[in-house]
Amino acid sequence: MSAVLDLFTLIAVTAGVFFFLAGTVGLLRFPDTLTRLHAITKADNLGLGLVVLGLVPQVDGVVTGLKLVVIWLLLMLSAGSVSQLIARLARDSDLRQ
Amino acid sequence: MTASLNLILAALILGLAVWTVIARDALAAVMGFIAYGLLLTLVWVQLNGIDVALTEAAIGGGLTGALLIGAATRLRRGKAATAAVTASTPSPFPSPLPVRLLAAILSAAVSVALAICVLILPEQGPTLAHQVAANIADTGVGNPITAVLLAFRGMDTLLEAIVLLFALIGVWSLSPDGFWGGRPGLQQQKDPNGILAYTARILPPLGIIVGSYIFWVGADHPGGKFQGATILASMWLLVMMAGLADAPRISHSWLRAGLVAGPLVFIAIGFAGVFTVGHFLGYPQGYAKALIIAIELALMPSLTLVLGLLLAGAPQRGAEP
Amino acid sequence: MTEFLFAAASLVLAMVSLGMIRIFRGNSDADSVMAVQLLGTGGIAALLLLGAATAETAVVDVALTLALLAAFAAIAFVKSAIASLPRDPGSESDR
Repeated sequence: MSAVLDLFTLIAVTAGVFFFLAGTVGLLRFPDTLTRLHAITKADNLGLGLVVLGLVPQVDGVVTGLKLVVIWLLLMLSAGSVSQLIARLARDSDLRQ
Repeated sequence: MTASLNLILAALILGLAVWTVIARDALAAVMGFIAYGLLLTLVWVQLNGIDVALTEAAIGGGLTGALLIGAATRLRRGKAATAAVTASTPSPFPSPLPVRLLAAILSAAVSVALAICVLILPEQGPTLAHQVAANIADTGVGNPITAVLLAFRGMDTLLEAIVLLFALIGVWSLSPDGFWGGRPGLQQQKDPNGILAYTARILPPLGIIVGSYIFWVGADHPGGKFQGATILASMWLLVMMAGLADAPRISHSWLRAGLVAGPLVFIAIGFAGVFTVGHFLGYPQGYAKALIIAIELALMPSLTLVLGLLLAGAPQRGAEP
Repeated sequence: MTEFLFAAASLVLAMVSLGMIRIFRGNSDADSVMAVQLLGTGGIAALLLLGAATAETAVVDVALTLALLAAFAAIAFVKSAIASLPRDPGSESDR
């Protein structure tokens, strides 16, 4: 059983790390502020989400596992709001250039 | 494996530190500093100082970052205003080259001195950890950091709380004469349907739960009143930034009462110790945990108010209701 | 498993630090915020991986605090950046 859980952790964490890579590459290579914003939100949602999913079988106790999921949800909420604000900043600085 | 992680962290931190000194724009340098604080949190975790990591995440990431951002914004606005008045191109760097060279040399000298001090320490340095571990059962708390802060070295924590109050009075003393007793900061643009207001309505309740949890869990696990108060102060500042609540007038009596209530309770418990046990801040046998909890409960609201007002700044508006 | 988790933490850290190049290039304010935002998320992921690798559950509290406050610094930055844009009285954008 624990071998299956370990395999699950391996796959999920690797996938999460891949999405962090995708987010970084997008931030560095995309041509425009808004497209870069789109890239880093992939790291926020999928990258952290898959890492959290992979770590849930590894922690001891249900409460800690729940805390992990709460961290992910909290980050999605705050990062989503900040993304809106960044997009507004990008639009306003384009308008007033 | 940890060695390579530590190497990556060390290289990143050094690189960021160098860049922060040579950065072109003050705001970009502040962003580099916030990133530096985030990486430092990881370093503390690697060094097994989870309490310090919590404090670094809260203060370095959140509060100090916001403080420096406010300062850098004023610097930028001041530069633009001077440039407009004198019709000269403002230099891109926030300060002249000799000043930054001096900053770099001083920082490097302090770092080298600290490194030498750490490296020449004997293998088994002088430490009181054994006495703390032997006597911690008397205090009733499980977290040795809390025991040291509030029982064995309670005097330091009391003085720290009072120093924070003095810092706040120092910040208030910067207000122009006409605005003394007024509200800190400028009137915030209020946009009740905007995304900032939405965030300021949803995050603070969650923040209050997290802050209270971190405060409560500090008795036996890493945490405590200071980190909890920082989180609560950040949520209050978020609400003020969104314009959902205005900054309070600093002449408000409840505000001033709240600020001094925490240290006063601490001092009162200290004097009670003189009568019951014979010395200041002594706890009678069996009452240690109750007194520690009382001190923490009293200090947390005061700390929240102090930290929030420190960031809000000096009064810039009159004392109209 | 612990080796793998440490390696994953190092990888995530190295990658989001590459994103800091966006700040170094100095394109615009928005790019700086995004790089720090990415670093914050990567830092949280690295913290969680480290916590699982060393079986230290208190690290999860640090990640929780970080998740809450990373947004706070970014919001402060964006607010002051918007306020310090050159004023254009002609066009009042919808807020």
